[in-house]
Amino acid sequence: MSLNVESTPLTAVLAPPPLRLIDDTGRAVAESESGGFTLPSVPTLLGLYRQMVIARRFDVQVTALTRQGRLATYPSALGQEACEIAAVAALAPQDWLFPTYRDSIALLTRGVEPKDILASFRGDWHSGYDYHQHRIAPQATPLATQALHAVGLATASKLKRDDTVALTLLGDGATSEGDAHEAFNFAAVWQAPVVFVVQNNQFAISVPLDKQMACRTIADKAIGYGMPGYYVDGNDVAAMYAVIAAAMDRARSGNGPTLIEGLTYRIEAHTNSDDPTRYRKTADVDLWRSRDPIERLEKYLVAQGALSEEVRAEIMAAAEKLATTTRDCMTEQAVIDPLELFEHVYSTPRAALAEQRAFLAAELDGDAAASAVISEEGTR
Amino acid sequence: MSPQQSLETGTAVRAPENLTMAAALNAAIRDAMVDDPSVVLFGEDVGPLGGVFRVTDGLYAEFGETRVSDSPLAEAGIVGTAIGMAMYGLRPVVEMQFDAFSYPAFQQIVSHVAKMRNRTRGKIPLPIVIRIPYAGDIGGVEHHSDSSEAYWTATPGLTVVSPSNPADAYSMLREAIASDDPVIFMEPKSRYWSKASLALPVQTEPLNRAVVLREGTDVTLIAYGPTVKTALATAEQATAEGLSIELIDLRSLSPFDDETVGASVRKTGRAAIVHEAAQFGGYGAEVAARLTERNFFYLAAPILRITGFDIPYPSPKLEEYFLPTPDRILAALSTWEWS
Repeated sequence: MSLNVESTPLTAVLAPPPLRLIDDTGRAVAESESGGFTLPSVPTLLGLYRQMVIARRFDVQVTALTRQGRLATYPSALGQEACEIAAVAALAPQDWLFPTYRDSIALLTRGVEPKDILASFRGDWHSGYDYHQHRIAPQATPLATQALHAVGLATASKLKRDDTVALTLLGDGATSEGDAHEAFNFAAVWQAPVVFVVQNNQFAISVPLDKQMACRTIADKAIGYGMPGYYVDGNDVAAMYAVIAAAMDRARSGNGPTLIEGLTYRIEAHTNSDDPTRYRKTADVDLWRSRDPIERLEKYLVAQGALSEEVRAEIMAAAEKLATTTRDCMTEQAVIDPLELFEHVYSTPRAALAEQRAFLAAELDGDAAASAVISEEGTR
Repeated sequence: MSPQQSLETGTAVRAPENLTMAAALNAAIRDAMVDDPSVVLFGEDVGPLGGVFRVTDGLYAEFGETRVSDSPLAEAGIVGTAIGMAMYGLRPVVEMQFDAFSYPAFQQIVSHVAKMRNRTRGKIPLPIVIRIPYAGDIGGVEHHSDSSEAYWTATPGLTVVSPSNPADAYSMLREAIASDDPVIFMEPKSRYWSKASLALPVQTEPLNRAVVLREGTDVTLIAYGPTVKTALATAEQATAEGLSIELIDLRSLSPFDDETVGASVRKTGRAAIVHEAAQFGGYGAEVAARLTERNFFYLAAPILRITGFDIPYPSPKLEEYFLPTPDRILAALSTWEWS
């Protein structure tokens, strides 16, 4: 007998319609349906549109580089731009972002250079940007672990009476991890100024959400922790931005954490080594392609007369320029120093590591001497 | 007596007091918190109760809720939030209530605490102290007497230390809290009530050094934490039998003080290591291997390990059969050929 009960999951039956401010057709919803949230202004939405277009161009470019075998791996966020960009747009300069491996476009949007984002995916080092300059923690690979780091940083901010808020991005699968539960609970008990943004892209690699949980929505779980939860259309950047910005204000004014679920879809495979045809139907992917977050906002902006050909051309040019920068940074050889392997493990030097460093240095000298002999022989 | 100034802290030297190891640890945390406002303390029951072993007694009353707090009962949460706090400039001292209760925090410790500095090329150091009361000999029920040190010493990026006496407990904890590296601070539960007369703030050998507790000529006996007392009793008993034991208290398990221990082994030509943890894949295996690799031609006999058996830690009425004793250590040493 299967462990998975053969009945329609509650998730599908009972989930309410997610909160949205702009519907699938690109029209603003009636005020009575907006859950008390205000539609962001047209200039704000245009800015979000621009960032989404640029982020997608980056994502598509990096996926292409991965297919060419020039990157070890790249987890794409194609289709999830509304969640990613809204989260970053809601941050104040002093706030900290705690991203996962899938959130490279969030890093890009907060100002990290493509070469620094790609350092880890190129295999240069495990992580490669300036965390304090951008106020972004290293991208976390172990699921939900970074949510606890966000709660800790937020709590430290509260103890120091600072107005720094932490925002962490999580996936739907990560909410099954114990660390997610502990993070939600610690945040609520300590009233930490932290915002949890769960991108429910409906699959944890291949496993659909109804095999992760038996409740209606991830946002529903918030009530059990004693914090507000919002179930939001994750392909509506207007709603995501409005809800996250309100949660950031709430945290900043000392009213504690918020859990926000953005319902979205991962259009690409989990990574380049994944085969999504084994676990989902092309028709489903096509359906979600038709709910594209960028196209939806574009319809709205066009209807508002805010997206002239001139503006559109400027955005496309900026996106193409970024794609070029991204390709170009791949041709630059990163400076790899094998002896750096020993440099950062401890702040206090260790004799045993110094010995191993000397061993590797001697091995490298030997290789250099050997190749010098070979090249000398070759020139004869 | 006129109060002197300690070089380290500027704190006045206090009159000697008879202190238990638990009280010395308590004083170390307190003094560190007085000296450095970025030191914060949290964990399970460390607040008004003062910890199940009373190591944090009185600190909640003195420093208040913002610096000393009871956390929810979740060890991954305790360590995970400590990481975030350290990223924001605090120096968290956290407690895992018992050795085996640290296992839920394993991922946070191994994947993040140990790796963060390296992953970020030194840009995010994590000055965190994780205090773990460990080992047995207190009649604890299951899951309350594990010696889990080898999990931590097998993890690059962690500093792992264990004091054996009140003076070291104070000095080593002060140094651990001041360190920019994360430290797993293993407190031998059976030694919490051992006493010494101390004029605080006391400063013993540096954190990463082993010490020769007792000089001898025939055998180097290596111990740490709870087994130092056992080894000392063994050395005394051996003297009566005409055997001269040089006793080393490792203090630091990672890094291992090759210099001090190696010099002793080259002098005596024989070495044995004592620990409570099981033998297979235990810390003693590393000690024996590296001492052999580096000092083989000085050795008159194979290095011995006198340890717990390769079984889960036994129940209270059976632990006396499990723990290394002076008789068992001396019996092991007598298996060598003495020519």
